[in-house]
Amino acid sequence: MIRWLVGLIGLGLAATSALAADPVMIGVGYLGVAGARSTLSLVEQPAENDGVAGARLAIEDNNTTGKFLNQRFALEERRIKEGEDVVQAATDLAARNGFVIADLPADALLKVADALRERGTLLFNAGAIDERLREADCRANVIHTAPTRAMLADALGQYLVWKQWKRWLLVVGSHDEDKLFADALRRTATRFGAKIVQERSFEDKGGARRTDSGVTQIQRQMPVFTQQAPAYDVLVAADESEVFAAYLPYRTWDPRPVAGSAGLVARSWDAAQDQWGAIQMQNRFIKLNSRRMSALDMQAWTAVRMLGEATSRTNSGDVKKVTDFIKGPDFSVAAFKGTKLTLRDWNLQLRQPILLVDGRMVVSVSPQEGFLHQVSELDTLGYDRPESKCKLK
Amino acid sequence: MQIEVRMMMSRMWRVGLLSGLTLAAAPAHAFIAYVSNEKSNTVSVIDTESWTVTKTIKVGQRPRGIDFTRDGKFVMVAVGDDDTIQMIDAKTQSVVDSLPSGPDPELFAQDAAGKILYVANENDNTVTVIDLEKRARLGDIQVGVEPEGMTISPDGKTLINTSETTNMAHFIDTSSRQIVANVLVDARPRFAEFKHDASELWVSSEIGGTVSVIDPGKHEVIGKVNFEIPGLRKEAIQPVGIGMTKDDKTAFVALGPANRVAVVDTASRKVTKYLLVGQRVWHMAFTPDEKYLLTTNGVSNDVSVIDVAAQKVIKTIQVGELPWGITIAP
Repeated sequence: MIRWLVGLIGLGLAATSALAADPVMIGVGYLGVAGARSTLSLVEQPAENDGVAGARLAIEDNNTTGKFLNQRFALEERRIKEGEDVVQAATDLAARNGFVIADLPADALLKVADALRERGTLLFNAGAIDERLREADCRANVIHTAPTRAMLADALGQYLVWKQWKRWLLVVGSHDEDKLFADALRRTATRFGAKIVQERSFEDKGGARRTDSGVTQIQRQMPVFTQQAPAYDVLVAADESEVFAAYLPYRTWDPRPVAGSAGLVARSWDAAQDQWGAIQMQNRFIKLNSRRMSALDMQAWTAVRMLGEATSRTNSGDVKKVTDFIKGPDFSVAAFKGTKLTLRDWNLQLRQPILLVDGRMVVSVSPQEGFLHQVSELDTLGYDRPESKCKLK
Repeated sequence: MQIEVRMMMSRMWRVGLLSGLTLAAAPAHAFIAYVSNEKSNTVSVIDTESWTVTKTIKVGQRPRGIDFTRDGKFVMVAVGDDDTIQMIDAKTQSVVDSLPSGPDPELFAQDAAGKILYVANENDNTVTVIDLEKRARLGDIQVGVEPEGMTISPDGKTLINTSETTNMAHFIDTSSRQIVANVLVDARPRFAEFKHDASELWVSSEIGGTVSVIDPGKHEVIGKVNFEIPGLRKEAIQPVGIGMTKDDKTAFVALGPANRVAVVDTASRKVTKYLLVGQRVWHMAFTPDEKYLLTTNGVSNDVSVIDVAAQKVIKTIQVGELPWGITIAP
């Protein structure tokens, strides 16, 4: 009886699809850099498929919906090796795919955006957090699902100020990205009334991130490095390069919490996020990829889901139609963050709540209560319309 | 204490007997409500005469969807993290059995005869069909991503399932168990409710912030209910539960973190009033005499009692942690 019924259901599905016309095919390219960056913490080492794994899950989600709309999504992944021409690879990918998800450094992304402009390809920046891509160097064919440094810094800063930890000891790494993050943190401090009581820089003198007896030395170095600081509430570290920040928690001279690039960290997503239905998404991700979901995975998932949302609302796979809808006033997407996500129309940055995580738990979600805005409280994070230098073209 | 209450009640009874007219006009029916507490892993039992919690029943992990069997003998509660639906004996008020629901059951609907149960399984994009008498699984129906809302048309011929990430209401023929239509609604559809005369299907969209009114014959969205509360940002308005009065004239819509229930005139599809309830209100149930509407307020851990005729909140009852669903004995 049961088998008969299941068979009947199966037969029904087969009959429906046989009758249906050829599905609308929607090609999505994924363009990233080969090889994963190295982190201080072994457990935070990104997987080789970091990012694209999220895109794959969203393709599956879109295809489940696509069954009912006769739409079919396909993903084509391309990884650039050192010395390879990124524009060549992007052009090749765009020949078969109207949409490209990019996880590229800022300069490479801009080259690709300019090369693909005439073709009409819509790019999603899932990886780069650089402010300039949404400001002076913004492009009309690039949508940003990755948050910016200023958004991350503001999300953290709002919480620290809410907690009344307003005196910050800022420690900055010696690489360019570290300095950019420090710039964002200084801006945050000014905006929300925190005070940077002192700045210190941590020079990257080279050396391995993995050693056999490194912990002994680190335990001696970190207290010494943080001693004789003026009175402060929290140490804020700007170390995107993964050189020192993860060594600081529990090792500061004064017993103070650490935030920024270690300790309490601002991210678009975390494997510990389980609110607002997120548990279903985390389960689907683990089932498909046999690992936990990272922030980059989420940024890529959101990009592909935005496409799915637009193709179902417009009932079309046409690149121009889909692009116009995404950039239009009626667009929003749900991404397990308790509120709808929309685009800032002046620079195509996705508005989003930012999680504050400690590696095990979601400690808080910003914007914090009391940070008000006349349009959307999400616009208390990052550069707002009146400050923007972006002219979309 | 208990003696005092009993004495008071017997005194009230006598007063009622003396004024026989009052008794006839307002029969003091006591109903029993069951509330699933998602975080506590319990079900709170509420007596609607005293408005107190009379018992707290331990159930499986993460209880959410909750409903009486048609015969009123059992309360079914979906315990998602245990991948089953537990049966609570309404007489003994304890868990006596469980159903083979499929993974992570959340909400479910039963046919008019109370013989077939349809369960939304969030984790694997299916609706599971269960024979309630044999307590056996009959099959699965593939639907969209994250199925949640479930309801059956008054004639029993159409099952509605909403899928939260696909953003559709799926119309499923209950005899063939095939999808016959898919209607796109706003983001994250959580709950579906038919008018009793079957002329309209209402679907709430939590993230979209609207309720779509669907013509079930044409499978088309024919209107939308919009919400606006002065001083409250739009993102906080997240419609979930819907309660329709028997005359189909008034709908109540729970607005989640807006902490309000909207009273909607179904003819004009306009909100006539917002009732302030507890925090993060999601689901609701009428008493069978439709005098009261009870809502579950997740964040404030309580249940609000709304006087339906007066359109007023008259009481708040503390229950377990994160109250989610509610059902009232027929």
